Amino acid sequence: MVVESGQLPPAYANDRSRRLLLKRLRGIVRVILIHAGLVPAACIFMLPFLWMLSTSLKPDVQFYSYPPVLIPSPLQWSNFPDAVTYITFFLYMRNTLTIAVLATIGVLISSSLVAYSIARIPWAGRNILFILTIATLMLPFQVTMIPLFIVFKNLGWVNSWMPLIVPHWFGGALYIFLLRQFFMTIPMELSEAARIDGASELKIYYSILLPLSKPALATVAIFEFIARWRDYIGPLIYLSKQELYTLSLGIYEYQSQYGAEWGLLMAASVMITLPIILLFFFLQKTFVQGIALTGIKG
Amino acid sequence: MATALPSVAAPRRRLSQGTRHTINGLLFASPWIFGLLAFWIYPTLASAYYSFTKYNGVKNPVWTGFANYIELFTSDGEFVDAVYSTVYFAVVSIPLAIIFAFGLALMLNAKIRGQVVYRTLYFLPTLVPEVALALVWIFIFTPHSGLIAAPFRAFGMRGPCWLTCAEWARPTLVLLALWIIGQQIILYLAGLQDVPQDLYDAADVDGANIFSKFRNVTLPILTPVIFFHLVTSVIGALNFFAIPYIMTGGTGFPANSTLFYSIYLYKNAFHYLEMGYASAMAWLLFMFTLVVTLFIWRSARLWVFYAGGEE
Repeated sequence: MVVESGQLPPAYANDRSRRLLLKRLRGIVRVILIHAGLVPAACIFMLPFLWMLSTSLKPDVQFYSYPPVLIPSPLQWSNFPDAVTYITFFLYMRNTLTIAVLATIGVLISSSLVAYSIARIPWAGRNILFILTIATLMLPFQVTMIPLFIVFKNLGWVNSWMPLIVPHWFGGALYIFLLRQFFMTIPMELSEAARIDGASELKIYYSILLPLSKPALATVAIFEFIARWRDYIGPLIYLSKQELYTLSLGIYEYQSQYGAEWGLLMAASVMITLPIILLFFFLQKTFVQGIALTGIKG
Repeated sequence: MATALPSVAAPRRRLSQGTRHTINGLLFASPWIFGLLAFWIYPTLASAYYSFTKYNGVKNPVWTGFANYIELFTSDGEFVDAVYSTVYFAVVSIPLAIIFAFGLALMLNAKIRGQVVYRTLYFLPTLVPEVALALVWIFIFTPHSGLIAAPFRAFGMRGPCWLTCAEWARPTLVLLALWIIGQQIILYLAGLQDVPQDLYDAADVDGANIFSKFRNVTLPILTPVIFFHLVTSVIGALNFFAIPYIMTGGTGFPANSTLFYSIYLYKNAFHYLEMGYASAMAWLLFMFTLVVTLFIWRSARLWVFYAGGEE
């Protein structure tokens, strides 16, 4: 084994270079094998979106053509302008955006305040509060769904966006957990020094903690925005007036008793999905870190 | 006299700081304390009460004791269908999701070019809104004419009937659920990148091959991630709602094979206005989730490996 690192006698030199060659060859085979596994998987994962995109550019007659056509010719771009006029697409988009933005602002403010309380202020009840917060993550949404509906109905909030926005202004368990984990990593001395200087907690929260927590706050904002953008069951329960619909309810209107307008439906689906894909593309690092952060301590 | 002053003031000041912390802590947490009470604790208790009543959401609830629970267990065939479909879905899809997500993450973790591109592509279905995803799946999985039929037609075969017949509908939904494991892949990948390199180096010195390295190094260190995936996916699988609801319009077609627990619960609550009955279903689900989660939690000490203790 000493031979490995020391100078080689001439007789071994040939042997060694052959071994090196073999090692490199094995490395190349390994890389090829890995790509041979990863490429088909990538094709399968891309399929729903690719087919959505492809169908959105097809004229009616090509939907079920055999063999299947991935890149239609000619490209039927008119499906896109037709899709936004066939239903009140922009109204639904504005509704969805309003709900998503207002809920996101609310969840950011409330969750960061609560996480600050649990992570940064030494007070007696904070551990119980934290345990309760984790416990709500285990509770199926069906348990609270019916009483909440009754409460909102009595408040006259059914057929309004209030049930889809207001609860988010009172904190989200997952985000409190996530931000608490992040706040814990910021040295406590920073807070103590500021307290000695006479800074109020609000001031410490606002001018020390928040600026240092931008990545975590960005993660929360993206997760919440996407969750609200994609939300289906919330609008399904609370919205039955068409003018209040979000995109996930409005998209049904491409289906009629004569069947679905697949080209328009897929064009609309592409338009709904694209903003999220762009968000993911540009903020990929934030995303990946956020997901990893939620899983670090189960 | 003057020298005694600080010693009197000091304890008072420390005390007042403790109180100040409590006041501040409560103030900062107050949105969530209200939120917990209004959106979690009250509804959970109310749901428990409703589950013992007949309640349509309009008139006052009427106390019926255990009638809802007795009916669920003795005379509701659809409930049995719903339980079966949901348990089937959980039992089949969760192990497959763990194997696929872990396997793909292992391959991605090899130092290869294009890791970020692959990761993005695997994450793609997770980003598509469920409605759009469900609709494009309906389109792809149309028997005999959808995209999925093409490979079968190429060999002159008729493919499976997918979502249109009872024997294929459940396996098809399991298959579809395997498309949305992007988050889990990222979790495993993050876990894999935390495995200390010196453990592999030590294994190399011992002459370990790739399989024994996986068995003795990678797998034990990744067990906390598997544990996390298992717990969250049990909850997720028992709540499986949007995709089958959209794909079948909540009908449970064909032959109740896609009537998942959450769908049947939703229909009881908002279609039949049997809110008491649906609340009983919700509590059974809650109890079942709790038992399964506790069981997994208790079993963790047997198979989950924490390097250097927890935290």
